[in-house]
Amino acid sequence: MNGKSDFNLAKLLLNREFPVQNQAEINRLKTVVQQLLDEAKHQGASAAEAAFSVDNGLSVSARLGEVETVEFHCDQGIGVTVYFGQQKGTASTNDVSPESLKETVQAACSIARYASADEYAGLPDPSQLATEFPDLDLNHPWGVDAEQAIALAIECENAARGYDAAISNSEGASVSSHQGTRVFGNSLGFLQGYQSSRHSISCSVLAGSGDAMQRDYWYSVARNAANLQSAQAVGEKAAQRTLARLNARSLSTRQCPVLFAPEMASGLIGALIGAISGGSLYRKSSFLLDSLNTQVLPDFVRIHEQPLLIGALGSSSYDGEGVATQTRDIVSEGILRGYVLSTYSAKKLGMQSTGNAGGVHNLTVETGSNDFTAMLKLMNTGLLVTELMGQGVNRVTGDYSRGASGFWVENGVIQYPVEEITIAGNLKTMLRNIVAIGNDVDLRGNIRTGSILVEQMAIAGE
Amino acid sequence: MPLLEQVKHTILAANGLQTQDIDRVMATLLSVPVDAADIYFQSSHFESWSLEGGIVKEGSHSIEHGAGVRVVSGDKTGFAYSDRIELPILLEAANNVKAIVKHGQNVQHKIATPQNWPQLYQPLNPLKSLADQDKIDLLKRVDTATRKLDSRIEEVMVSLVAAYDNLLIANQDGSLVADVRPLVRMNVSVIMVENGRREQGSMGGGSRSDYSYFLENDRAFEYGREAVRQAQVNLQAEAAPAGNMTVVLGPGWPGILLHEAIGHGLEGDFNRKGTSAFSGRVGERVASDLCTVVDDGTLAGRRGSLSIDDEGTPTQNTVLIEKGILKGYMQDKLNARLMGVNPTGNGRRESYAHLPMPRMTNTYMLPGESEPEEIIRSVKKGLYARNFGGGQVDITSGKFVFSASEAYLIEDGKITRPVKGATLIGNGPDVLTKVSMVGNDLQLDSGVGTCGKDGQSVPVGVGQPTLKIDGLTVGGTNI
Repeated sequence: MNGKSDFNLAKLLLNREFPVQNQAEINRLKTVVQQLLDEAKHQGASAAEAAFSVDNGLSVSARLGEVETVEFHCDQGIGVTVYFGQQKGTASTNDVSPESLKETVQAACSIARYASADEYAGLPDPSQLATEFPDLDLNHPWGVDAEQAIALAIECENAARGYDAAISNSEGASVSSHQGTRVFGNSLGFLQGYQSSRHSISCSVLAGSGDAMQRDYWYSVARNAANLQSAQAVGEKAAQRTLARLNARSLSTRQCPVLFAPEMASGLIGALIGAISGGSLYRKSSFLLDSLNTQVLPDFVRIHEQPLLIGALGSSSYDGEGVATQTRDIVSEGILRGYVLSTYSAKKLGMQSTGNAGGVHNLTVETGSNDFTAMLKLMNTGLLVTELMGQGVNRVTGDYSRGASGFWVENGVIQYPVEEITIAGNLKTMLRNIVAIGNDVDLRGNIRTGSILVEQMAIAGE
Repeated sequence: MPLLEQVKHTILAANGLQTQDIDRVMATLLSVPVDAADIYFQSSHFESWSLEGGIVKEGSHSIEHGAGVRVVSGDKTGFAYSDRIELPILLEAANNVKAIVKHGQNVQHKIATPQNWPQLYQPLNPLKSLADQDKIDLLKRVDTATRKLDSRIEEVMVSLVAAYDNLLIANQDGSLVADVRPLVRMNVSVIMVENGRREQGSMGGGSRSDYSYFLENDRAFEYGREAVRQAQVNLQAEAAPAGNMTVVLGPGWPGILLHEAIGHGLEGDFNRKGTSAFSGRVGERVASDLCTVVDDGTLAGRRGSLSIDDEGTPTQNTVLIEKGILKGYMQDKLNARLMGVNPTGNGRRESYAHLPMPRMTNTYMLPGESEPEEIIRSVKKGLYARNFGGGQVDITSGKFVFSASEAYLIEDGKITRPVKGATLIGNGPDVLTKVSMVGNDLQLDSGVGTCGKDGQSVPVGVGQPTLKIDGLTVGGTNI
């Protein structure tokens, strides 16, 4: 699955040398951010923070063996937040001309003057700002050009279409490569920037026809193209996933154990993080209010943040406000050890920022010794969920009801694909009733977890 | 045409460009044999104000502009965009994207560019329709009035947003068309607590007009009352049933059923590629003969409406399903050309930085003849779903979901107890064949819908009369 043995092609395309960090570009952005901060001060703001980001990229798609789209991306944006005492205003634009910088600051100041004073508003505590900025190895420009990317996309799609005669149609394969520079500063003297890259390859194919048609996809994403799965592997995996769905049926309404495949399990953990995030807590719109230092998961569960992982997708030494990120346990022995807080939400709760303005960083769920096959065995008979649909998650009550598809499992062995069913429960009990966590970790996102087995949920079907 | 001149001034003159400069960029695009080419200029202003904890503590303002350059040859598309509307950059973009054309057909598909179309909204800037202080006062007044409605209210959140979009679209036939699109939206949500139980309610609305919309007919305060009513209902709600049962959907926003179950599946791109569960089924029965469904972009002032789409095609009222028979798809120019039909004014894009594709506008079902009460009375045991959150569809398998946020049991022809929100799941190509009664009470939604496709968000509308569906799976916990 992780394609370690077959990334030759990706490596071949690493045909250009790039400096790992282009300091001149970072400095160019820093100058603009400093100008924004100076302008805010000039216009009377008592404090300010500003950001400037630039992103360049290429994405191509191929379908039925030929190129379908070639897109050149070029985005930039500046944003500024100003404070007049406890009053706050924010403005942003993609126009970075000197005139526009001034107008953007003016727009933010105008809003701040009308906004109500909020005793909790303000910049972070200076002692919390990051002071160490290790190179996290996040920037690996690929140097792939449109022709090469198209060739790779075609190779990927061919691998899927050629995998089995039952693959009947295709939505195509795409390859994208992005590289960006981000600078953030505030009027406390913080001014930092870094560059990062992100590349991906994906494929989506169909099998069957008429009412029996099915589609599925696969993708690989990495900061360094050398760590992408090969085009061949992505295509084959997409084909396998699509084929596995053919002849899916519904289930009768029942209660049974549910195994969330890793890419679905991350959503479950995401719902937990949403519920312990400052915004949900101070608004009292969380099913986990006042749950700090209480048991929210079984005692074998540990969930920790690893912001300084080298080369990972969620790595950063400081958060969206310049606050140092923390290597920390959020849950250990099943007990909630910390919330997920920004400066503002922390102040509202009478606490300290946890360095999570903008979200968590490489949130990692500690795995057990079970691989995917062992997890199926452990479940014995139940539902393996590989896709979820809809937004049926109520963060206030924890009520959970979503469309699902996947596979019916008996005696630890997959029997047949299922679709057009829902799974329902309440997140509070679902989390407490986690039986095991697999070591089949999905590393493609900011939440790293293996498959998760929940003891019992309500399945509605035909 | 004063609108065109106004937008040319806003977008071209402000960036030191002239009409001849557009011709130069277009000439570069057309220096290779292409089927279609366009340049999409955009300048947009956006603001939001939000109240929580009784104070307006946050506001934001943003300005974005840029241009997207596209060439199409056969089914191949080259696309580049820039936030700098400058001639050298546009020329470079044009040079980059035309490389997609390897073996051009050299067939210029000339689609007559319409000269006139109805303006469905005023070309006004809603951000300036109310003084900042008045926006804040409005939020505070809604907060105060809403809090008075029920002592169990713990938190009230009110938000107000407005967008002002100026567009200029240059097509390969030399035509230049403009649109100015205002859009406003307001939302009120409340959290209520009783005996340690916590529930929410939420209501909002909006239109392509200005902030005065919320002051008309007491709308802003009505959103507050409705949010409180929903939270009150939710405080009483029991576990929802699980399994297949008769479902009655209320009028208006539950039309999200149509958007998910059939709307996406009838977008031209999926059908050209043969990846939709509805592919190749024009002329076939896909719904009971009570069902006529349209996508209508021409409703004045509605959130999903557009005078012209993002390719310069005037919108229209497109019949998708007539008396149960599939009549046609929603098209942008590329897919219409490849399928040999006319564009339907459904070519939409989130912004200059995104490619257009077939998207819905306002999708709704025409009214039938049944009284809503009669429909409820006809159900011995089932679910009445009155309000919904979001939904999602798998275009290929046709499976769709949408999540109820307010629902009740129907027992012996009467609406009895409220039940918790549950996700409903069904199969697009056959759900409408199970429609056995259609109400005479067509309502459109209040103007809150946003549709996502391929990472692009666009505002849309939905609507329907009360509908009875003989068998839909309800995803509750009560087995």
